[in-house]
Amino acid sequence: MQAARLATLRGYRQMGISARLAIGAVVLLALVLVVGLVSLSLGPVDISLRHVAWIILSGVGFETPEFGRTEQLVIEQIRLPRIIVGASVGAALGVAGATMQGLFRNPMADPGIIGVSAGGALGAVVAIAAGLSALFFLALPLFAFAGAIAAAFLVYGIAVVGGHFSMATLLLAGVAVNAFLGAIVSAIIIFLPDNELLREVLFWLAGGLDARAWEHVRIATPLIAGSTALLMLLSRDLNLLMLGDDEARSMGVRVGVTRVVLLAVSALATGAAVAVSGTIAFVGLVTPHVLRLALGPDNRVLIPMSALGGAVFVMVADTVARLVIEPAEMRVGILTAFVGAPFFIALLIKNKRQVYSL
Amino acid sequence: MTMNGNTPTAVDARAVSFSVEAKTLLDGVDVRAGRGHFVGLIGPNGAGKSTLLRTLSGILRHQEGAVSLEGRDLESLPARDVAAILALVPQLAPYTQGFTAFELVLMGRYPHLGRFQVESQTDDRIAREAMRLTETEDFGPRTLETLSGGERQRVFLARALAQQPRILLLDEPTSNLDILHQLTILGLVRRLVDGGLTAIAAIHDLNLAARYCDHLVVLSEGRVVTEGSPEEVLQPETIEAAFGVRSAVYREPVTGALAISLIEPAEEPVAATNGNGVTSAAGR
Ligand SMILES: Nc1ncnc2c1ncn2[C@@H]1O[C@H](COP(=O)(O)OP(=O)(O)OP(=O)(O)O)[C@@H](O)[C@H]1O
Ligand SMILES: [Mg+2]
Repeated sequence: MQAARLATLRGYRQMGISARLAIGAVVLLALVLVVGLVSLSLGPVDISLRHVAWIILSGVGFETPEFGRTEQLVIEQIRLPRIIVGASVGAALGVAGATMQGLFRNPMADPGIIGVSAGGALGAVVAIAAGLSALFFLALPLFAFAGAIAAAFLVYGIAVVGGHFSMATLLLAGVAVNAFLGAIVSAIIIFLPDNELLREVLFWLAGGLDARAWEHVRIATPLIAGSTALLMLLSRDLNLLMLGDDEARSMGVRVGVTRVVLLAVSALATGAAVAVSGTIAFVGLVTPHVLRLALGPDNRVLIPMSALGGAVFVMVADTVARLVIEPAEMRVGILTAFVGAPFFIALLIKNKRQVYSL
Repeated sequence: MTMNGNTPTAVDARAVSFSVEAKTLLDGVDVRAGRGHFVGLIGPNGAGKSTLLRTLSGILRHQEGAVSLEGRDLESLPARDVAAILALVPQLAPYTQGFTAFELVLMGRYPHLGRFQVESQTDDRIAREAMRLTETEDFGPRTLETLSGGERQRVFLARALAQQPRILLLDEPTSNLDILHQLTILGLVRRLVDGGLTAIAAIHDLNLAARYCDHLVVLSEGRVVTEGSPEEVLQPETIEAAFGVRSAVYREPVTGALAISLIEPAEEPVAATNGNGVTSAAGR
């Protein structure tokens, strides 16, 4: 069994890049579709898979048999946007995780490491505490996004002080800025005037996808799709950067520029995700890691597959989160950490010797 | 060195100086390599051989002097254009992150591929041919971490060859190789050089340097102390001055090549000996 699995993976890694991409994309896209359809049919209002298919097909202009008006509303206005936001967030965290791990040459790196999550959290908390989110529906995502990007710039700025970029400083500055912004968030929470706001803040911090609507899709999805495409274009350069700056430079990579662009684009993707879902833990760490074990370290495959894999991860987690404690809802962020962490630890133990050799 | 008058020298470094902080690692170094020549860099540890090769490849930016590759100023060339004509095999292989040997060799095609291109069949063929030449084709599917030091060194040479460079810089290419592969790998470089490649290699083994190089440059403390043909450079006096080793130089009767026998350090290094006549460093 084990031997057969290894042989299959070895065979896969020896294929050309186009074949590896095509196979991976077909498998993971099929998963995305299946999980998406199942997720659409599940919930307080049960809708059969057949009706889900009809509603979607008629939505894109096909002739279909009759289906219920309520069902259509539930699908089109509630579940579909929520699932698309979930998939986009998962994709963003997946690609940002893969990129960060490559840039830092460290499988422990996470999209949150450059301060984006903490900055996003602070932005969101400020929007809630100041009462802006109650006034203006998009205030929260916009503040979260601004906070995320500002924090990423701050961390990067610290790492280039003195005109000389240092990856180690970036990592440490990320840790420090995360702690600092976390402290500000805690301070704001303590001084919040009423419990209703407190609940709202804690709710957001746990990361979730409830009540996500087409507006959220419009904010996040194009940014995430664009970032993913850019990261894919830079994935061959990232491969060389993984071998070290000197290696990359001697192979013709413009190390400085490439690194800044990779950092900025992954911060953008993460910021867009944080803006619409809060901080969903573990997806960015686990997804590329698991896929790397299976598909190898080539970022040209790993980045697009991490997008699809992250999407599947968050879609599944969100579906489960919606169902486990019906009629209430679990937060996706709690679930990804709750399930993701033990799964990850089990995987690490199982693959201890094999993590970086096939 | 005879050079064709109208083709520019492949590598022409003039008065190159490089320092980090207050330390001068290269101090006015002149090195030239004409097309189809094999230049050997010899000199003791810390002489600046690796620093020079890294400077010539554009990894390090020299502060003074000028380097030109095929008549074009290194500093004005984009890194990608440099990588398309020049390849470097580093002294120390980097940590390779779980890439397989074939994946690594294929990365040699990077400077020849456009942003929107993927490797073609031709690139694949070039990578496989490079692996065949370096006898590494069997390692293709294995991750670099599972290869021995010498096997890994040959894979890195294969990657450099997959770059299809016109200039090849080698930093101690035989340091991990068994005696057979020392001969086959340097023999391979020699054949490529005879076919028009320009090579500059840092080599510690003077016998190999004498046998395969056209021209030797002796570096010491960041300066060129002497240079010339192997016969001119490899004199017992020069070797003693550069390395502090007494030696005998003669023609090897079987191969007819210049041979250097190392006799002993010219001066015993100052080391305390214990009662058994064992130096304390060794006895520790
Ligand atoms: N970043 C640095 N800072 C300070 N000194 C350095 C630095 N890099 C190299 N050196 C020093 O520069 C000198 C030349 O180093 P280099 O690696 O070029 O020597 P080398 O001739 O290749 O030696 P070896 O035969 O051991 O490979 C050494 O004394 C080394 O300690
Ligand atoms: Mg060296």
